[in-house]
Amino acid sequence: MTVPLIEFNQVFKRFGDNAVLKGVDLSIYQGQVTAIIGKSGIGKSVLLKHIIGLLEPDRGEIRFQGQAINAMPAAARRTVKMKFSYMFQGTALFDSMTVYENVALPLKEKGRVSFRDIQRRVRDKLAQLDLAGIEDKYPSQLSGGMKKRVAMARALVTDPEIVLFDEPTTGLDPIRKNAAHAMIAQYQKTFGFTGVMVSHEIPDVFYICQRIAMLDQGRIIFQGSPAEIQNSTEPVIQQFIRGQDPEAINAAPSER
Amino acid sequence: MAQSYTITHMLAGLGRMAISPVQELGRVAIFFFRGVIHLFSFPIQADKIIDQVYFIGTKSVFVICLTGAFTGMVLGLQGYYTLVKFGSEGLLGAAVALSLIREMGPVLAAIMVVARAGSAMAAEIGIMRISEQIDALETMDINPIRFLFSPRLGAALISFPFLTAIFDVVGIIGGYVTGSLLLGINSGLYFSRVESSVLMADINGGFAKSFCFAAIVVTVCCFQGYTTHLRKEGFGAKGVSLSTTSAVVFSCVTILVADYVLTSFLL
Repeated sequence: MTVPLIEFNQVFKRFGDNAVLKGVDLSIYQGQVTAIIGKSGIGKSVLLKHIIGLLEPDRGEIRFQGQAINAMPAAARRTVKMKFSYMFQGTALFDSMTVYENVALPLKEKGRVSFRDIQRRVRDKLAQLDLAGIEDKYPSQLSGGMKKRVAMARALVTDPEIVLFDEPTTGLDPIRKNAAHAMIAQYQKTFGFTGVMVSHEIPDVFYICQRIAMLDQGRIIFQGSPAEIQNSTEPVIQQFIRGQDPEAINAAPSER
Repeated sequence: MAQSYTITHMLAGLGRMAISPVQELGRVAIFFFRGVIHLFSFPIQADKIIDQVYFIGTKSVFVICLTGAFTGMVLGLQGYYTLVKFGSEGLLGAAVALSLIREMGPVLAAIMVVARAGSAMAAEIGIMRISEQIDALETMDINPIRFLFSPRLGAALISFPFLTAIFDVVGIIGGYVTGSLLLGINSGLYFSRVESSVLMADINGGFAKSFCFAAIVVTVCCFQGYTTHLRKEGFGAKGVSLSTTSAVVFSCVTILVADYVLTSFLL
């Protein structure tokens, strides 16, 4: 059995009285795109933030290539962090910077890329995401969908090994949503990055992800291939992927 | 049983009240030292420091000139009517210059920069915090303290002494306007008293104060913005507004406390 690239081992996280993660076990494999699905507000973004170290678990450990991240020395942790890129749900674009400056920032701050190379890579990435011509605009001048694509361009401009997408296509129109999904799938094939994507886009994620994990009640209740989740007989999973509200189903007969 | 529980709770509350400010001071000190270290870490962020010198320094010149002029004019008026009672109005130049260079210049210049640039720093960094822009920096492996705080610290250390010097000079001219032009003190006497009374130690003391105030203002304002998300009294936009208010209040109070401490050492 292949060693997972990232592994959650009994991870617990609580915010005050609200226990969000209650013993998460999850394996993410190299070269695959893993989608994390689950109801809104269940803790999917919290789980994703644990991977990149924006949040620390209260209990349990997260391993990278078999090594516990929180036990690593600072330098090793930084090396691991440099392999990641993160696309925020709320885009987290720098509102005092132009689109060009936003996308160029991760390259510019590293200080190892020439000015001309930065310019080329930023313009290429913006063109690929259908964003050419808006380089000088500020995020506040863009629509929600455009902001999402700028955030995606910023996440991918460094050609990272592991990309974490937090709802990358929410708010996009169907055409651009399909284009963004196709781009993620194509990029993954071309560059072979490992992707972890929090998404509500069912069934679209089944076509672009090799692995699906479902978070419910603070635990991962399923992890496996898209085919396996679709064939699952678990009622919670079936209701979720078919968009059925269990409370509405239960309430329906009594209303008659 | 219930009584001992209440006493324990009261003692715990007292303990928290005592520990909390100490912890906060510790966090501010760590924030400051990390900022200082990153100020000198390579590559030096010269472009960002220059941008901030423009924002903190250049854009404050007008307000510094305005407040400096009126402070000097008021000192001239008050000084004249006090000194004239003792027949020593000829000392007005010395009184105005020493008051400004030793005390009022560094303190008022710092307070004006707090009002103009410090509040803006706290608000900008606070908004970046609540909109996950600071988290985004961390995910890009960009140190937020280096990126946001260090250039502002460097720029303030450059700008504050210049602003203080401008405040002093404009204030002395303001004193001359009221003392000599309006109230009739001999202008040669006014400036000769300025020249003879002000020592290099006074000027150095004023600059030493302005360096300290620069560090205080930028550290307090940036720290308040940076920790907006940790506020328990308000979240989101309200949290930013509280951070901005705290930044201004704490900066001003700390400037005045530090001024007393520094003066007691410098005199």
